[in-house]
Amino acid sequence: MTRDPNDRDESTDRRGISRRGFISTMGTGVLSATAASQLPAQSAEVPEVMAADELTKVALVINGRSHEFLVEPRWSISYVLRDVLELTGTKVGCERGECGACTVLMHGLPRYACMTLAVEAEGADIVTVEGLMDGEDLGPTQQAFLEKDAFQCGYCTSGQIMAAEGLLRAAGDPEVDAIRRGMSGNLCRCGAYPHIVMAVQRAAELKRAGGAS
Amino acid sequence: MTDHPDAQYYTEGIELPETEVSTNLESWGETRVVGQPRPRVDAYERVSGAAVYPADITMPGMLYGAMLRCPHPHAVVTAVDVSAAEAMPGVRAVLTAFTPPTRATRAHNEFIRTQLFDPHCRFQGEAVAAVAADNPYRAQDALRAIKVQYDERPFLADERRALDEGAPLVHESGNRVNPPQTYERGDVEQGFAEADVVLEQEYRNECEIHTPMELHGCVARWDGDRLTLWESTQGVYNVQMQVAAALGMPFSMVRVVGHYMGGGFGSKLRPSKYTIVAALLAKMTARPVKFVLTREETFLAVGNRPPSNMRLKVGVKRDGTITAMQFWGSGASGSRRAGGVSLLDWLIRDTYTCPNVRTELQDLYMNAGPARPFRAPGHPQGAWALEQMMDALAEAIDMDPVMFRVRNVPAVSQARGNIPYTSTGLRQCLEQGAAAFGWEDTRAEIARSGNTGTVRRGVGVAAGLWVAGGGGPPSTATVKFFADGSVNLNMGASDIGTGTKTVMAMVVAEELGVDPDAVEIEHADTGSTQFATASGGSKTVPTESPAVRAAAVDVKQQLLEIAAEELGVEASTLTLEDGNVVSTADPAITKPLTQLAGLRRRRNLIGVGHRGPNPEGKAVTPFAAQFCEVAVDTATGEVTIVRFLAAHDSGRVMNRLTYQNQVFGGITMGIGFGLTESRILDVDQTGKMVNVNWHDYKLPTMLDVPADMTCVPIDLGDTECNSTGAKGIGEPATIPTAAAIGNAIYHATGVRVTDTPVDPLRLVQALAQAELAQTEEG
Repeated sequence: MTRDPNDRDESTDRRGISRRGFISTMGTGVLSATAASQLPAQSAEVPEVMAADELTKVALVINGRSHEFLVEPRWSISYVLRDVLELTGTKVGCERGECGACTVLMHGLPRYACMTLAVEAEGADIVTVEGLMDGEDLGPTQQAFLEKDAFQCGYCTSGQIMAAEGLLRAAGDPEVDAIRRGMSGNLCRCGAYPHIVMAVQRAAELKRAGGAS
Repeated sequence: MTDHPDAQYYTEGIELPETEVSTNLESWGETRVVGQPRPRVDAYERVSGAAVYPADITMPGMLYGAMLRCPHPHAVVTAVDVSAAEAMPGVRAVLTAFTPPTRATRAHNEFIRTQLFDPHCRFQGEAVAAVAADNPYRAQDALRAIKVQYDERPFLADERRALDEGAPLVHESGNRVNPPQTYERGDVEQGFAEADVVLEQEYRNECEIHTPMELHGCVARWDGDRLTLWESTQGVYNVQMQVAAALGMPFSMVRVVGHYMGGGFGSKLRPSKYTIVAALLAKMTARPVKFVLTREETFLAVGNRPPSNMRLKVGVKRDGTITAMQFWGSGASGSRRAGGVSLLDWLIRDTYTCPNVRTELQDLYMNAGPARPFRAPGHPQGAWALEQMMDALAEAIDMDPVMFRVRNVPAVSQARGNIPYTSTGLRQCLEQGAAAFGWEDTRAEIARSGNTGTVRRGVGVAAGLWVAGGGGPPSTATVKFFADGSVNLNMGASDIGTGTKTVMAMVVAEELGVDPDAVEIEHADTGSTQFATASGGSKTVPTESPAVRAAAVDVKQQLLEIAAEELGVEASTLTLEDGNVVSTADPAITKPLTQLAGLRRRRNLIGVGHRGPNPEGKAVTPFAAQFCEVAVDTATGEVTIVRFLAAHDSGRVMNRLTYQNQVFGGITMGIGFGLTESRILDVDQTGKMVNVNWHDYKLPTMLDVPADMTCVPIDLGDTECNSTGAKGIGEPATIPTAAAIGNAIYHATGVRVTDTPVDPLRLVQALAQAELAQTEEG
């Protein structure tokens, strides 16, 4: 059976919604919670329906550079980073928001890239582990992870580093308890946790001493 | 699969090449580089995101593979309709039990041959069909479009019911994998008769799943008849041999590359079905195929630490002499023979002095994914039983638990016919560990405090040893010394996150007087590196480091001989220092290596090193004792681990930093085994696993492990085990952990929890039962 891209029968239509439809729905959700009386007329619009594998254009700022590309609405940020842009420093461990291996910074905050759709992130400012580098030199958080041997197999490490980076950007010199809480969304099966605590403390020190970023 | 302890880490049914033995080298005295705390030689790659793991590989035209798996614990596939899937855009190939390339039967191991897709699915997660498509989303779409007819069969989802009357049969031959395995020395009946106290207790450990952070996966590409696999593996040569056997190819035509891999813990010692499927899909489509499992698949189909049911009976005299031990253990291989009780009784046989021992093991089938070796197979379970029993016995005869263990430290390996160990640090682990932990003071302080509040403190100890931490042949390494003074090391071993590459660079640096960071390493590639067995069994450092050292010494000898001729002195009076050859007799006689005419003429020198045999008639064994302090909330059943201290005799510490990291990692995994991890099967209704994800299957997070961990290395200077003096550390580090926690919980509450995981629900129930029993007695 060959499929006509315009075919909208039930077996092939996964009832995706367009980016515009998605955002307007989100928008009304927020608005209805805050100011129900000011609901805009668009809430009555029927959202456009779009096939899951239909391409749509998305613009993202990744590691300070603007990118525009075509994505399927179901593609996650982690898939786009790794398989479209070939930025494979970001790792995938579960694709269901449980392990944190894919943690990136979005607008400066740690976020699981597997749990965010590319269309949802339109215009977002994203930093990956590659974006912490200063040319070929390691950033201070990366340098601290190297010095303290804060990893074993290294697979969760990019996510751990991004979570630590986000934590340190929010709180310059966190106490041990704050580090443990802040890093608890990132699993490490090798169990490098004690060394990761030391690395986050060391990273705070390096950043205070005037390391980059 | 043989039952020899080493078999699972080496190869199964394939003859290994004999290698010649390198000259036995004198052991090192003081070392300059080896033993230092040193960041890894590949740390930059790992923290920058530049390290390329198999799943990171992208190639032009590459397709993505995906597997359709049986959703039932026991079913027969009667029909598969792939017509809709095959017609979907972007789908390039579909394989099922009914497509020609999969029809031939293939060996899983020396006992089992089935079709690649066996229509008789004996576990949830058995492979039924596979697809290759343009992107992973489309591959998943195609899987959903495949229609399978299953004939569901009765299932057995609890191995404890395997031998019940009328239990569903996993195989027609019955639910016993083999007849009970027994071991006996002395006379246990007489031993029990001599005892003042005899205790008997049942224990159980739930099934634990490896779930390394990196998903199992590979990329397969054909160049004509030659197959290259980039596989996430602990052993490239294991994958090469087993894939070649499955596809009927010569070894030489299968190249396996495994430079970076994101954890295995035993589940990546061998290739999996997906590896073969990826190769077939790549062949059919004439495209490279990336095949990475989903997280859910890794819970079902690529191994586990099987559940263990244990009963232990031990007799002891008032003076602390153990007179007899009797042990019964059963476990579940899963749907096929896979070592369900592998090494479960080893600690009973070998840890403490006891003349009369009898053990009996029964491996069982059940409708669940087959087991695979998991970090110290059988040992954390055996320790869970033995070390809690040791605590109970110590209390029964009113002896300190550390003293009681020290009293019974064996002089020889009783399980191996009373041969001596090359070094025995068990006593030192216990004594120095207790001293560093403040064992006696903490116990006295807790006793003084009364410890009657809602939150109660307790301390616990547990000891252990690991059967296979000595390594052994075969292994070959080569060291290439270039005319400009730079060095290549070539070895087949994988670095599975334990720091193997760094340790080996330090060994080369030790011998050649160069900076470890200047040693460039080629490793884990069957096409370009020397033979090594898989990295597992805590044997990589004790196996590879003597081979690497021998290769470096070979090059060093060549350099010294060239220099001796050019300087007109005896080679034996020369040594290497920071890139110079220097006379030990007269420091004025020196020359930069790069100015040796002999080296410049030859451009480079090659040193070859082989792993020699282990000493005859001796056992090479790592020992351990771990101590912990817990705080138990008796109202909620929550256990907070306050601190952990681990004293390990793993011979020479090769790199203080990565050694400590291994120890802390082992403790972390042991905390999961003891407190949080459990495969939960819906035993009565569907037989399916209900916690097939990391939300419901709980790995320890940073908040579940203590911030306060201490590593106390015990190095007795073992000059006999091998030429570097190193024994394994990876597995010993996780063996006593859970038992130490169990003992600490008992110390805190007076309640013995015999089953893992000791989660709040289980503990709060045990506490309530104990209180009820006390009230009834009172």
